[in-house]
Amino acid sequence: MKDLHQFLISPSSAAQQHGPHDRIVMSSRVRLARNLRDSAFPGWAKKPERVKILEAILPAVGALPEMADSFAEAMDNLTALDKQILVERHLISREHAAKSVGSGIVLNREESFCVMINEEDHLRMQALRPGFQIREAWLAIDRFDSALEKKLNFAFDNELGYLTACPTNLGTGIRVSAMLHLPGLVLAEQINPIIQSVNKLGLAVRGLYGEGTEALGNVFQVSNQMTLGESETVIVERLEKVVAQIIEHEENARQTLLEKKKKVVFNHIGRAYGILANAHSISSKETMNLLSLLRLGIDLGSFPGTERALVDELFLTTQPAHLQKQVSDKLTAEERDLIRADMVRERLKDVSRPVTK
Amino acid sequence: MQCCVCKEKPATVHLTQIVGEKMQKLDLCEGCAKAKGINDPTSFAMADLMLGLGASQELDPSAGVVEIKCPRCGFSQADFKKSGRLGCPECYQTFAEGLAGLLKTMHKGTRHTGKAPEALRKSRETGDRLKLLQKKLNQAIEAEDFEAAATLRDEIKGLGGASPAKAAK
Repeated sequence: MKDLHQFLISPSSAAQQHGPHDRIVMSSRVRLARNLRDSAFPGWAKKPERVKILEAILPAVGALPEMADSFAEAMDNLTALDKQILVERHLISREHAAKSVGSGIVLNREESFCVMINEEDHLRMQALRPGFQIREAWLAIDRFDSALEKKLNFAFDNELGYLTACPTNLGTGIRVSAMLHLPGLVLAEQINPIIQSVNKLGLAVRGLYGEGTEALGNVFQVSNQMTLGESETVIVERLEKVVAQIIEHEENARQTLLEKKKKVVFNHIGRAYGILANAHSISSKETMNLLSLLRLGIDLGSFPGTERALVDELFLTTQPAHLQKQVSDKLTAEERDLIRADMVRERLKDVSRPVTK
Repeated sequence: MQCCVCKEKPATVHLTQIVGEKMQKLDLCEGCAKAKGINDPTSFAMADLMLGLGASQELDPSAGVVEIKCPRCGFSQADFKKSGRLGCPECYQTFAEGLAGLLKTMHKGTRHTGKAPEALRKSRETGDRLKLLQKKLNQAIEAEDFEAAATLRDEIKGLGGASPAKAAK
């Protein structure tokens, strides 16, 4: 059995991955839901059937060229901490982290493909790309799916398309999403009207960890909701268009803030720096929110010589499971807050006070 | 007012949906509303979600509704009410009637227009073509354009379609 932590990209290398527009679009993802024709869906199948499904899917996915060098494991072989780390890396859903016997994961070395087996559907395959690369992610997962359909019999209906456990995913089984960092729109108090108009287009706006989570660190996920009645290409193109518009609004909001509310912006950035660089106890939530402002400061040129990757790395390493992994003893939340503060202070010791020109 | 799901807590979330000429009302407590994932009441047929599949279809209560179960996996309407998910791919056939209304409110359309497995793509395209030809054929017959009808009939036959008389029903 491979060690997950040997396999995973280190947080510092993960933060170094770049893509188009990555100062605003942190990552792009397309996932497809597929099910085997003659089996009950994971939520209804009994344990032996789920195990059989997992045993049929694991080798088929592992044999794809994209997964030549991959981490493939049954969920019951992963510790709770491992699973939580995968959630914090956005590689599996929180729902999948709660699974055990009869569910599995296959992740490739580059972390550009990750397949959840027996989550809500038999297969949830995702292509992940840094920055604004929605179309690339779609093309990649489309190829992946076309190769896999030669080995597995997918449930498909001429009228309804790919059949999924939940009717909300029926048809294409596609969810296209982009993770956006929007501190400008939040500070300018324009985020709510933007969310509302995005909703009106039939797209969902969610927090950092998907369904039902808050937008910690000013990070929002935009994704399609409807999956039936439109082709994948139409859905992908709509999301591309909307994300491009949000990028423009965010850039405009930042510009306007600098022109009209300079003091407000610099106050936020300066205080964020002050706390992060000097705190001795800090929660994960506060860290995320302040790191977001630091990231904005870097984008606006307040921290010459400091790269965005520093913040992106801390975004990851300060989360509870990642933090716990770095020390051997089991930590309480209070102890984590102390260690988190120590770590952030240490990483920021060479970052000078923000320049406010 | 009591929550109509748990029948314990007071209802604080009130939903009204008008489908055709019928008005549906739901009164929920905050917990149940959350559990049912209600934050955008416009995006689904309420009654289907809350009361099980097909509840928004008009069922005659005096007819003594027999609970439908999927012959393949044994999944029932009550199970759907609990989880909001189906039991197996065949459930879509079993519960087709009840699902139709739900899908209409949930999605852009009710017919898949995207990717299909390669093995099925060909038969799918042929099926689409046959449907179109059949429609044209019916129009031609109605317009008494028998020359066109004959050509269309031959094309349908060529694609392996049913004889016009049978398919026209």
